[in-house]
Amino acid sequence: MMQFVADGILNASLIALGALGLSMTYNVLRFANFAQGEVLAIGAYFALGAVTVIGAGVGVMGPVKFGWPLLVSIPLAIVCTSIVVLMVDYLVFRPLRNSNASRITLIMAAFGLSLMGRNLIHLFAGGDPKYFSFYIPKAIEIMPGVKMVPDDLAIIGLCVFAVVSLHMFLTKTNMGRMMRAVSENPTLARINGIDLKMIIRMTWIIGTALAVTAGTLQGHIFQAKAEMGFDMLLPMFAALILGGVGNLYGTVLGALVIGLAESFAVYFDLSAYRAAVSFMIMLLVLLVRPQGLLGERE
Amino acid sequence: MTPVNNPNNKILDVQNLVAGYIPNLNILHGCSIHVCVGEIVTILGPNGAGKSTLVKAIAGLLSVVEGSIELQGKDITGMETHKLVREGLGYVPQTENVFAKLSVAENLELGAIHHRSSMAETREKLYDLFPDLARFRNLAAGKLSGGQRQMVAVGRALMASPSLLMLDEPSAGLSPKLTQVVFQQLLKIRDSGVTILMVEQNARAGLEISDRGYVLAEGVDRVNGEAQSLLHNPEVGELYMGGHGKSTMENVVTASATSENSTPGDSA
Repeated sequence: MMQFVADGILNASLIALGALGLSMTYNVLRFANFAQGEVLAIGAYFALGAVTVIGAGVGVMGPVKFGWPLLVSIPLAIVCTSIVVLMVDYLVFRPLRNSNASRITLIMAAFGLSLMGRNLIHLFAGGDPKYFSFYIPKAIEIMPGVKMVPDDLAIIGLCVFAVVSLHMFLTKTNMGRMMRAVSENPTLARINGIDLKMIIRMTWIIGTALAVTAGTLQGHIFQAKAEMGFDMLLPMFAALILGGVGNLYGTVLGALVIGLAESFAVYFDLSAYRAAVSFMIMLLVLLVRPQGLLGERE
Repeated sequence: MTPVNNPNNKILDVQNLVAGYIPNLNILHGCSIHVCVGEIVTILGPNGAGKSTLVKAIAGLLSVVEGSIELQGKDITGMETHKLVREGLGYVPQTENVFAKLSVAENLELGAIHHRSSMAETREKLYDLFPDLARFRNLAAGKLSGGQRQMVAVGRALMASPSLLMLDEPSAGLSPKLTQVVFQQLLKIRDSGVTILMVEQNARAGLEISDRGYVLAEGVDRVNGEAQSLLHNPEVGELYMGGHGKSTMENVVTASATSENSTPGDSA
């Protein structure tokens, strides 16, 4: 039983990272970025490329099977993926914003990009799943009856670190405050002297950084494949909606609920219905609290 | 309080402005106003005259079709909104003029993003001027009353130490009593060296603290003059009443507004 809680928390950490990225772009750019899954996948492939070039087995640290190459590859992949994302924004979303395109137009554009991204990965990297390493780590017992691979623990730690960093960034730094200002009232933000274009770029970069981190870690413990991001899209959106759209803490809570729900679906031998179980929970919560767990009523 | 309408000392000079919200549907049709250093100037006019449109165009929120805007001698026509703060323009919109989810202190800090070095000092001055801001500094701005929110909005704009403060209907939604409080504070702000341009629906209260005023109608500046003379100008009343009757502004406003018994500015 506790084992499933542990697995659920691992799952939730990865969902939370991706969903937080989604939440950031939603708050500032005001549309649901359906291509977030592909950002995650492309990031994972960039990281995979970096790890392969550096050498996968190099510098294994202690009990975990990843070494410094993986930790170095994450920032590298964030930089590469951010460049791709900013180019896409410049070529696709910026002209749409300038022509005051409706929200649904932006979402459809993201859908198209998502499809394109997935197929480009197929084209360049092939359809087979790729592995970061073939080393099989040994699980250790962290509590009586609960075994976890050290890597998983490290990943949970990294995710908690990322969430806390994001919180500090948004509440304690000038840039973070500016982002919150833009997400609440873009016009008033401009009147205050905030450059909207700069904030939009920063938002893309932060959303990308979160997605790439999620993608790389997910690729590391499972595998990298073209559909990895798309498969994450539904739980990410479920976490976002469940927590209350726009509330970052709600998103983390939503991710925790979805992660545990998926894990318990396996516990109750419903693994085939994993996705359905999380959606059932989401529907039930929304019936009682339409604004989500921590969302505010409009 | 001596009128300081010295045309050689213009802080804002708007010439023949043509602007609107959507292409080919202009609201302003050649509107000209100017504000001199140290003045309080009020823009009046009936609904739909283009008062808010004028300040939004000055603030760079609308694209200017024709005409020019000069701020402190520099042409700012078509300049992006976010760059105007550094040119010395402070702007308080009529609605949604605070970040409701952010604390009062955060609202003020956002006002000073380009003035980090002098932030603490300006904030202390502001807390002296508006003690309520200090008291509620950790409260979300959205939780405050209308009058307090208006103070946050004005305070936020002052954090950037503007040379010209533009306010769009600072009395909107306030009781006559609160309106007087806000207007008294505007006088103090002016006395601290900030020139003020405001749009006001409450003509009498607005003109009472103003040096000069403009009356807009159908997107053009129709009448202008010293504040006191506008109150007694029959032409102004006619513009407000849509050309019916011969009432002066005095009659119009006394008929529509509850006025307070204060005579601000006498001691200055």
